[in-house]
Amino acid sequence: MMKQLSPARKRLLDNALTYGIVIVAYLVLQLMSNAELLSSTLEGQLIPICAYVIMAVSLNLVVGISGELSLGHAGFMSVGAFSGVVATVALQQVIPMDSLRLVAALAVGAVMAGFAGFIIGIPVLRLRGDYLAIVTLAFGEIIKNVINCLYIGVDENGIHFATSQAALVLAEGGKAVVKGPMGASGYSKLSSFTAGFILVLITLAIVLNLVHSRAGRAILALRDNRIAAESVGISATKYKMMAFVTSAVLAGAAGALYALSFGSIAAKKFDFNASILVLVFVVLGGLGNIRGSVIAAALLVVLPELLREFYDYRMLVYAIILILVMLLTNSIGIRQFLAQRFSRVGRILSKRAMKGVEN
Amino acid sequence: MAKEFQKGKMVPVPSHSIVPERDVDQMPVLECSHLGIDFGGLTAVNELNLTIGRTEIAGLIGPNGAGKTTVFNLLTKVYQPTRGTILLNGKDTHGMSTTQVNRAGIARTFQNIRLFTNLTVEDNVRIGLHNQVRYPMWDGVFRLPQFWKQEKVAHEKAMELLSIFHMEDLAQHQAGSLPYGAQRRLEIVRALATNPRLLLLDEPAAGMNPSETHDLMENIIKIRDTFHIAIMLIEHDMNLVMGICEGICVLNFGEVIAKGTSEEIQRNPKVIEAYLGSGKKGG
Amino acid sequence: MNIMNLLFNLINGISLGSVYAIIALGYTMVYGIAKMLNFAHGDVIMVGAYICFFTMSRLSSLFEPGSLAAMAVPSLAGVVLAMIVCTVLGVVIERLAYKPLRQAPSLAVLITAIGVSYFLQNSALLLWGSEPRIFTSVVGSGSIQLFDGQLTITYTSIVTMLTCVVIMVVLTLFTSGTKMGKAMRACSEDKGAAMLMGIDVNRTISMTFAIGSALAAIAGALLCSTYPTLMPTTGSLPGIRAFTAAVFGGIGSIPGAMLGGILLGLIETFTKSYITTNLYDAVVFGVLIVVLLVKPTGLLGKQIREKV
Repeated sequence: MMKQLSPARKRLLDNALTYGIVIVAYLVLQLMSNAELLSSTLEGQLIPICAYVIMAVSLNLVVGISGELSLGHAGFMSVGAFSGVVATVALQQVIPMDSLRLVAALAVGAVMAGFAGFIIGIPVLRLRGDYLAIVTLAFGEIIKNVINCLYIGVDENGIHFATSQAALVLAEGGKAVVKGPMGASGYSKLSSFTAGFILVLITLAIVLNLVHSRAGRAILALRDNRIAAESVGISATKYKMMAFVTSAVLAGAAGALYALSFGSIAAKKFDFNASILVLVFVVLGGLGNIRGSVIAAALLVVLPELLREFYDYRMLVYAIILILVMLLTNSIGIRQFLAQRFSRVGRILSKRAMKGVEN
Repeated sequence: MAKEFQKGKMVPVPSHSIVPERDVDQMPVLECSHLGIDFGGLTAVNELNLTIGRTEIAGLIGPNGAGKTTVFNLLTKVYQPTRGTILLNGKDTHGMSTTQVNRAGIARTFQNIRLFTNLTVEDNVRIGLHNQVRYPMWDGVFRLPQFWKQEKVAHEKAMELLSIFHMEDLAQHQAGSLPYGAQRRLEIVRALATNPRLLLLDEPAAGMNPSETHDLMENIIKIRDTFHIAIMLIEHDMNLVMGICEGICVLNFGEVIAKGTSEEIQRNPKVIEAYLGSGKKGG
Repeated sequence: MNIMNLLFNLINGISLGSVYAIIALGYTMVYGIAKMLNFAHGDVIMVGAYICFFTMSRLSSLFEPGSLAAMAVPSLAGVVLAMIVCTVLGVVIERLAYKPLRQAPSLAVLITAIGVSYFLQNSALLLWGSEPRIFTSVVGSGSIQLFDGQLTITYTSIVTMLTCVVIMVVLTLFTSGTKMGKAMRACSEDKGAAMLMGIDVNRTISMTFAIGSALAAIAGALLCSTYPTLMPTTGSLPGIRAFTAAVFGGIGSIPGAMLGGILLGLIETFTKSYITTNLYDAVVFGVLIVVLLVKPTGLLGKQIREKV
């Protein structure tokens, strides 16, 4: 038997392990990249991996820790992406230094997405369960639809908004940044793997520290038993909103990071399927399990790339893996069957299965 | 009507009130008048008038389905009352939410235990301390000095509260894994952590054996004497109710059928009828 | 805005709404009984449409063009075969993917349903390719001209609306009158109690999936008769909209699905023709949000009080 650790110590080790995995992964990938050992497709995936890791961790804050199913998380990524892109173009003269401008763009993306999160949170958090989920889906679609119709240009007079190409009148030397369904283009790629890595660390620090603090305990209490939490004086609206907005802020930063790693970006990239993709990372990594989200997101972004040899079949394989993993981890019948066949592995699994029933 | 009641602040004297003598000169912690709620067409509670003294231990009894838990739900605003007023420390709680009522001074436990089962015992109590030990979200996220200081305070307070029931050793256990009796006690500790003026206990002795119940009775009195608060409890164990409650209110079909001390209640024919039916045998 | 235009849009809206309503019924019935959001439902529609398409194109060459048989037989055979295939598909999906997860958290079931949706889409992609097929309407391309040709109503619209009415009536009779229908209602109220009353819950759930999937096949044929482009992703967007319709009307409620579907079709059509061609999605979802804020369980949904 292993020695029992106190929960506080266990938590410390747990968090250290999470940070450790991220740091080691970064160092290894960076070294491989410098030694040109990475394939060009994987090289191109490094920043998206960081962005999706942040997306998964931030969505876990809402779905796993706050316990509300959100199906529109990509909407916040979208808001962050487009406001970040517009910010880099608009700040070109003001902040000539690339790295500083990236920081500014990430901050703008985060703030705008946080603002969107707050506005959306007001109606959304009045609802419960599946109805809440469907409204987040609706907002995700609305954001996609609206950005798809938006034309934004930058000139010496500032930022201009319009709903059609013709209506966007810019002064001499002005530049149309966002062009409706065409999306945004003509901006410089500012993101770097290192920037993504730092943002991942910041995200982890924010989420892990938040969870283990007064506010985090209130959020967990509301998830475990809303009525009991309210009966001890915790405001459901306030803390659900806190989780929702924090999550949106992080998703916005991830969106800006993501968009600035490509030369162009379109709103349809952040549709319902993108939201679902991130949700899949969260569920496969384990609800409320931050390290699980990090690993699941990183692996599942790379997986389709690894399956490239079976190009035609890769999404099919992905679907089958997804279904099998859900069945294996959640079906009591299948676990008990396994438990009889492979007693050692099975015992652990079926123990978890029974726990699932109790919950 | 309600306003008038609020102004002339006097404790109604004996005939209707069951407030213990020592509390008579003080403002009662709780006064309900004409309280009632309808669910659809069904009247679950009607014309409830209740006064609870500052440090009183009061009992709310009645047959199953009499509406006892509904009264707790009305007092804590889990349900908004259809009619009537609730004055808490003389303040009308009209329009308040569950959260606000708790901050104003009512804490409760639940008949079907509602702990934060996935969290530790200590975390359950710390969540109860939510409004007692405070620091802003940012201090937590950035681990600023205030975080460390207040977390330490919270830890000490939590352990102190747990010591009422000698539960310090269980602090790091998962709340859901505790035995039934311990879960009930933890719920009381969590409620006490919110620093209430009035503690509502919904069947605190349910599922406890006689010796546990005996300890519980002593502890309820101890809690009242240490924290100087009022306690109202719903309970089916008549030994407990008759043993510690100074005033008892009997509810049947959502209406108060009797009020008084334990002796008065035991003699009241209406109560006997409600519990034993209208057979002539008597009980 | 002239009156003919208004009427034209009204009919188109109801017709489109009828398709949504038929799809929404599949969502709502499954939700009512299994308490799960079956995200793969939209893709069952797509499979139904493909089966119908292939049957029709295979059979139409066997008949003399222009004859009555050439018009009726391939369409009927296509729809019936699609219904059979989809019914089997729906039941098999339920058995293999959802049944083992009866006790699992709802999120696990949701992700599995998403997995099934990916699976169906990508299987279709491999089997039938990504190039769009042009679907010929199951009721021919003709139309009725009214008011000296000022108002055109396609046969497709008429058949779609009639089908919707027939399905609604049959389903209402089925759930209120038959033993199986009553078993379904019992299971959606309380599975445990239904089981104790001797109802075979597994069979009832299978039956629900069978009916929902058969309806999906009909919806697939009608949808592609209106919008003739058929691709492996054809089902997903109408699926989401129909799901919205089901929530709109109050998920779990059969009349709610009907009402929600038709309202959604009307809102979509009218927004497209009178307000904006680009932002109709935003308007549709915006209306949904407003409705849910006013009535948190949809138009005809039941309000449930939490027991404390």
